[in-house]
Amino acid sequence: MASPSPKSPEQSEKNKQYDRQLRLWGDHGQTALEKGHICLINATALGTEILKSIVLPGVGAITLVDHNIVSDEDIGCNFFLENTSQGLNRGAETLRLLLELNSSVQGHAVQEPPEQILQDNPDFFKSFSVVIATSLGEKTIQELANHLWDIKVPFILCRSVGFLGSFRIQINEHPIIEVHPENEQIDLRLDVPFPTLAEYLNAFNIDDLDLKDHGHVPWIVILYKAVQKWQITNENRWPMSRKEKNEIKDIIRGFIRKDENGIPIEEENFEEALRAVNTALIPTFLPVNIKELIYSSSATNLTKDSSSFWIMCSALRAFIEAEGKGKLPLRGVLPDMTASTEHYVKLQSMYRTQAAIEAEIVYRKVQEIVAQLHCDSISDAEVKLFCRHAHDLHLIRGSNISSEYQMGTVASYIAGYLEEPDVMMVHYILLRAADMFRSEHCRAPGEWEPEADISKLKMCVSKLLSDISCSPFPKDDHIHEMCRYGGAEIHSVSAFLGGCIAHEAIKIVTKQYKPVNNTFIYDGASTNTATFTF
Amino acid sequence: MGDGEAVKSDYQQRRWHNVRKVLERSGPFCHPDFEPSAEILDFIMNSCKVLVVGAGGLGCELLKDLALMGFKKIHIIDMDTIELSNLNRQFLFRKNDIGLSKAKCAVEFVNKRVPGCEAVAHHCSIQDMDEGFYRQFHIVVCGLDSIVARRWLNGMLMSLLQYNDDRSLDQSSVIPLVDGGTEGFKGNARVILPGMSACIECTLDLYPPQKTFPLCTIANTPRLPEHCVEYVKVLQWGKENPWGSSTILDSDDPQHVAWVYEKAQERAMKYGITSVTYRLTQGVLKNIIPAVASTNAAIAAACATEVFKLASSCCINMNNYMVLNMSDGLYTYTFNAERRQDCVACSNTTRTMEIDCNATLQAIYDKLCEDRGYLMKSPGITTVINGRNKTLYMSSIKSIEEKTRDNLKKKITELGLYNGAEILVADITTPNTLTVKLKFSDVDVDMKG
Ligand SMILES: [Zn+2]
Repeated sequence: MASPSPKSPEQSEKNKQYDRQLRLWGDHGQTALEKGHICLINATALGTEILKSIVLPGVGAITLVDHNIVSDEDIGCNFFLENTSQGLNRGAETLRLLLELNSSVQGHAVQEPPEQILQDNPDFFKSFSVVIATSLGEKTIQELANHLWDIKVPFILCRSVGFLGSFRIQINEHPIIEVHPENEQIDLRLDVPFPTLAEYLNAFNIDDLDLKDHGHVPWIVILYKAVQKWQITNENRWPMSRKEKNEIKDIIRGFIRKDENGIPIEEENFEEALRAVNTALIPTFLPVNIKELIYSSSATNLTKDSSSFWIMCSALRAFIEAEGKGKLPLRGVLPDMTASTEHYVKLQSMYRTQAAIEAEIVYRKVQEIVAQLHCDSISDAEVKLFCRHAHDLHLIRGSNISSEYQMGTVASYIAGYLEEPDVMMVHYILLRAADMFRSEHCRAPGEWEPEADISKLKMCVSKLLSDISCSPFPKDDHIHEMCRYGGAEIHSVSAFLGGCIAHEAIKIVTKQYKPVNNTFIYDGASTNTATFTF
Repeated sequence: MGDGEAVKSDYQQRRWHNVRKVLERSGPFCHPDFEPSAEILDFIMNSCKVLVVGAGGLGCELLKDLALMGFKKIHIIDMDTIELSNLNRQFLFRKNDIGLSKAKCAVEFVNKRVPGCEAVAHHCSIQDMDEGFYRQFHIVVCGLDSIVARRWLNGMLMSLLQYNDDRSLDQSSVIPLVDGGTEGFKGNARVILPGMSACIECTLDLYPPQKTFPLCTIANTPRLPEHCVEYVKVLQWGKENPWGSSTILDSDDPQHVAWVYEKAQERAMKYGITSVTYRLTQGVLKNIIPAVASTNAAIAAACATEVFKLASSCCINMNNYMVLNMSDGLYTYTFNAERRQDCVACSNTTRTMEIDCNATLQAIYDKLCEDRGYLMKSPGITTVINGRNKTLYMSSIKSIEEKTRDNLKKKITELGLYNGAEILVADITTPNTLTVKLKFSDVDVDMKG
């Protein structure tokens, strides 16, 4: 038989390949990722595991900086090395095998130590979206951190030793428009309905409807009518307290139709209205963190170099102070609810239209600012997205990794956790002490003789603790455990961290979802993790 | 391999130095039973048999992780073949491999990349394998996306348990199960010691209920693009039979998806509904769960670490369930999921079902499908009356379904069931027939027994 031939074009190959992730960050997230260029310093197992989960989803390019020669131990724990890689450059070998994962990713290997690049060609790092480093010496960590901080390139410093691991994200300023909150707050404006909504809601008369229509009234109409009825006897106030909300519920119950025996007829929309009382009656307000953003100096003192985020924040402030009457632009999203198609679609388009009108006002303000500053233009779509998510804007202001190596607020922050005592902060100290040990003794603690190195590592720990005015650890158990590891890199520990760090790098490149702020510690032995903000 | 290497045992090679440090050295936080020695790595490499269930996003990672932790005797089972949409995370496959067996490709790749690895592929479904197959493994690690398959596998490992005369568990019959699952930026990993700690059936309520749309909404008051797609799938396809009445909707056939997409668009247009896209259509039809390489890598690695601990006792295992959420920062939480005393799979007791003596067989059927302790899909119910098997209801075989359909309306007492009678229940969620003892709820206290 003749088969019908649908006209719609088939999806592109790329759409098919990336389908499962496009559902998480969208086509625009993918585009951002494809523009991303990630630099990895040191292609250890941890390093290549990170790159694996960045290359697979299709980052634009990767650059590996590694001057090391492949050893047997490397082959034993790094999947992106072969037996034949032995004796060859580790960066070049891992790059070759990583690029097999995705033919659309570009790759480069640089066979120079990072110290030398910092000295001879510091601009090398300027073009990267994120720089990721593993197995760095203490001195290089601070030099690289300072440089990347100055040139405002995000930096992720990672460690994997035995069952322990950590990563630290250093980022000057990271605004996120799409945070993808688990529970998005609804923005219905029932307390301050915009004109078309008010007109629509007021035109409804629930009592006049026949039973079928009665069961198809959207719950926001029911809620609005209940509040109106309540306001008659309550000086037109808005119901706030639990008691007042319960009175609203009683009124809603009164709306429910009864059968001939006086028994209430079950109607889903009225049940939904009852459930919505507690969340949907929260008055429209300007969240404190958004207020802080739009009045922060970055938004009030714009310059030619201001980012689009701050320009939009400034325009947002102008909107709120004028047309918005103290409120954010309408989100324009109607949650699903029991309703006839007609009611639902009409309401939905009302919200959408109003949101578009308000976003347009913000867009015009953005254009005015752009014209004044003579800076790069900002697209209509960008402003729309910004307004749609204006309730959830999030800004991370980071700190320089070097601050962990100096006395100051970070030191007292660490000391606070150690006094509790928080075992995850103890792990952090041990990872740092192991770095210090390596710079002093040119090997990992316990690399050859675990017992013999305990006292030496203990001296490193003591030095670190006294630097932050902390008393020494009462027991040596964690020091002993670190010496047991002997600098070993355990593949599954690196693979866990690799997945996590790749994920954070993708969040940074796509500017979606909130990254860790800013330090993550993992203990695979006890299956424990913690986040600290240095 | 060089000549120098040949004289050394494989576990003494330099490339295993990393793993050997944690296996041959003692530490203050080790498992109490742990005795460091070179034999542990020898056991991991040459004796310990691990079964990886699923060669998808988690399975590929697990195979790599285990091979690099020293495991050589790895089996992997998966009935699926490779698709283009797998390649964003299933890193052992290339475009040239599309259409080939996942299990076979994965094994071929890892055995080649990691010298000495002797992974074995089974390109079949888990149900194709019998008790003898499963019994050979020391540890089973599972990376499936299907809850039903996971429950079946759990049931299989429970059925391998043996009990001593005093009803205590024979520890040697316990095969630990490490289970991982992901959905988008979230995942979980857990360790199950069958008969000793909470199993999959004990914690069924941890799985979110499947999202469904009421038929009347789909048919009469569609509001969302999903409603339009469901309408075409559930009602319009069967009515119009675009490829003839014998062709059922195949969500993997792009022509079919495109047809549904167009019809759903037409319906959406008619009702003023926007945003029916090809991607959404496909998502609804295939019930697609978003997936990304990073989450899979992290969860599989957490599972592999637990397998390594089980095989070596070098650390205490996680107790016993870890959730991971990578969407807002990075958050994990490990908790002790508790056993259900009356768990159908792992409690070694006969389950009792309280039921009204006037109830129909339908009531029993509904309880089996809806009660949180069963959540079965299409239970077949039989009983033994006067020493003879009697099928009360079975929907899986069409002819039997037709013959037994009327029983559903009958009172259970009419069917010969009585207080204390046992029914035998079979379902796709378990490899074993389940015995359920009926307890009539309104019978005098002294008649109970
Ligand atoms: Zn159980």
